Amino acid sequence: MAQTGEVAILHHHEAPKGFIRKYIFSLDHKVIGIQYYFLALTAVLVGMTLSVFMRLRLAWPDATLPLIEGGKMTPEQYLALLTMHGTIMVFFVLTTAPQGGFGNYVLPIQIGAADMAFPLLNMLSFWVTFLGFLVMIAAFLVTGGAPIAGWTGYPPLSAVGEIAGPGQGLGQTLWIVSLAIFCAGALLGALNFIATTLDLRTKGMSLMRMPLTVWSWFITAILGLLAFGVLLAAGVLLLMDRIAGTSFFIPAGLVISEQIISHKGGSPLLWQHLFWFFGHPEVYIAILPGMGVTSQILSTFARKPIFGYKAMVYAMLAIGLLGFAVWGHHMFISGMSPYSAIAFSVMTLAIGVPSAIKTFNWLGTLWGGQIRFTTPMLYAIGFVSLFVSGGLSGLFLGQPSLDLYFHDTYFVVAHFHMIMGVAAIFGIFAATYYWFPKMFGRMMHEGLGKLHFWITFIGVNAIFMPMHYLGMVGHPRRYADTTGVEYLGSLNSLHVFMSIAAFITIAAQFIFLFNLFWSLFRGQKAPENPWEATTLEWTVPSPPPHDNFGGNYPEVYRGAYEYSKPGVTKDYVMQTTPDAAAH
Amino acid sequence: MATIARGHRHDRGDDFGGDEFGRFEPRGGPAPGAVRRAARTGMLLALLAITMMFVAFTSAYVVRGGLSDDWQPIDMPRLLWLNAGLLLLSSVTIEEARKALNRGLRAACNGWLAVTTILGGAFLIGQLVVWRQLAAQGIYVATNPSSSFFYLLTGAHGIHVLGGLLALLYADIEAWRYRLGPAKRTLLEVTAMYWHFMDGLWIYILCLLWFGR
Repeated sequence: MAQTGEVAILHHHEAPKGFIRKYIFSLDHKVIGIQYYFLALTAVLVGMTLSVFMRLRLAWPDATLPLIEGGKMTPEQYLALLTMHGTIMVFFVLTTAPQGGFGNYVLPIQIGAADMAFPLLNMLSFWVTFLGFLVMIAAFLVTGGAPIAGWTGYPPLSAVGEIAGPGQGLGQTLWIVSLAIFCAGALLGALNFIATTLDLRTKGMSLMRMPLTVWSWFITAILGLLAFGVLLAAGVLLLMDRIAGTSFFIPAGLVISEQIISHKGGSPLLWQHLFWFFGHPEVYIAILPGMGVTSQILSTFARKPIFGYKAMVYAMLAIGLLGFAVWGHHMFISGMSPYSAIAFSVMTLAIGVPSAIKTFNWLGTLWGGQIRFTTPMLYAIGFVSLFVSGGLSGLFLGQPSLDLYFHDTYFVVAHFHMIMGVAAIFGIFAATYYWFPKMFGRMMHEGLGKLHFWITFIGVNAIFMPMHYLGMVGHPRRYADTTGVEYLGSLNSLHVFMSIAAFITIAAQFIFLFNLFWSLFRGQKAPENPWEATTLEWTVPSPPPHDNFGGNYPEVYRGAYEYSKPGVTKDYVMQTTPDAAAH
Repeated sequence: MATIARGHRHDRGDDFGGDEFGRFEPRGGPAPGAVRRAARTGMLLALLAITMMFVAFTSAYVVRGGLSDDWQPIDMPRLLWLNAGLLLLSSVTIEEARKALNRGLRAACNGWLAVTTILGGAFLIGQLVVWRQLAAQGIYVATNPSSSFFYLLTGAHGIHVLGGLLALLYADIEAWRYRLGPAKRTLLEVTAMYWHFMDGLWIYILCLLWFGR
């Protein structure tokens, strides 16, 4: 316990006794965090499986595939896989694990609170999200199968029903309903995070003493609160176009599958504006928590204070703010006015400034540090690497003149997988290896962790780096098959290479899964503070008691990253250590 | 762990902090009244999220209205204005309920709460009657973009009012059982915040529908 003598008493909550109240419909933020994490883990396995089939189809167009009717995947089936892969990964993995999972588990402890501000809403937000996932998966099982309109669900094809193709009937409806449900869950979660951070900080935990992880979850929650309501509104409009006969997004005179569509006067571009007003902040919702955890881990294992703490906070705020002013860069090819395009482009490139500040400060944190290359540290450094290589291609895509060429090519696929997909996943891995001892009271296996890191790090670069070249050559994305297209003929060997790299990388994830479940039961017992870190979660037992602090709220005396402080015997000072005790 | 044994329990809804005698000891933890403040913060945030949703609807309304040459203004039923009056009045009555509770006049509070609930219910019934009137004129959701938006905006607002009405009913039950003491006034306070917001939102929607006809 931290300075038990210093700390006075407050609430002491009894833990619920029954299995259902304890593990299923739990109000405890820690259980809910773990539920979110395992939901994301389930979702990522589904999403990954879909990508295996896509990679098989792309590299060996003539091969007979297992589990596919007739052994040959149709272009429509490929589009269904693509749509579901994107949707499941973006919403149920990248939005769910970093924020709902780790944010839920760690944020209350890091600010010294017994729980979230609204435990009941917290439980609801998980179960609503879970319901959304079930509805999404149900889209695979209905007549026509999963939708084929992509994770962005562009109308008019997503709005006119099954004449737009298989999956555009009930499958697309379920997709919209699932996202609407997801929005409701995400909004409940977001308001809980913000209220908790604002009002439940323990004594002495001023805003500028908060760990950068808390800042990142806080800013992510603000983005979520402002963005998901807009997606929900757009979803309602799209659903009305589909089932109530309205024409918000469906233009006049449309002929689809040789049928004249009776709707008229709507605008597909309206959907794009609404969707991307949500969609761009969504990218930061996925990546900001990774930035937070990377900062935390780099500082901990470099045994140095984070370089430029305040700059890191302001950079995240700037990224969040600018994120609401750049949605148009997803629509450069929509025929928008070049003046608007330039405005969106300037705002987009401006995000390079806070991003560069963050990268500079991460490197500054590492510089001259006594670096401990643990698995979480490797993943945090990997995050920085992927953030840079994924971010650089953003500078190309942010310019309308270049985007006109790149937009529908693999260059974009390479860009968003590097930065939003893989970098965010590395943040999740870093957080897993870092907080696993706290969450489950056991250490993960370091050797397996490092093996997992190196194969994954080399693997993802081998998958996604070549995609940039495909894009530069002009290889269109979203196509199942480019057989017979002369200028792409020589690229097939690259597809084969990427597919093999993908399979090896995916195989390496089973090392992670084995490590995770093996360590749950057989891992070495974790002490209270295995990493010699300074933040509040390391002052309580692993795993923490039901109300986190056993009724004794900590008092905070200093910032979150006081490592290698001159004049102090140990090379770290806990946030709960009073000045007098620090020397 | 000896300190835990000295620990005491009290409701998380506690407004005052301190031990059972109201004494304060130096301690960590959130500031006194944090739970109450968090409830207000949470409600403000919920209202912000709802605002974003209606901002999105508004932008769709403006863009879609500006685009089309098929927009036919609808005759807004006059009942809408009466409904608006009912809702405005309910904002006054819920304020009276809140004031009465703060002064400890529980019976008066119960009365004002009941009136508010009835007015809220009457508003919703009134809105349904408006829909029936439009339907009787042959104006349905898909008839025209203007009618689509009319049903969309009134419907989205109505669902939110229904949510507020359920919260009011819960507050009513608590009040009738005299469980709504001064210490639990947060419940009524956040419900009132939400209710006023629904009132303001309805005025906004009326203006949007009227001027955007």
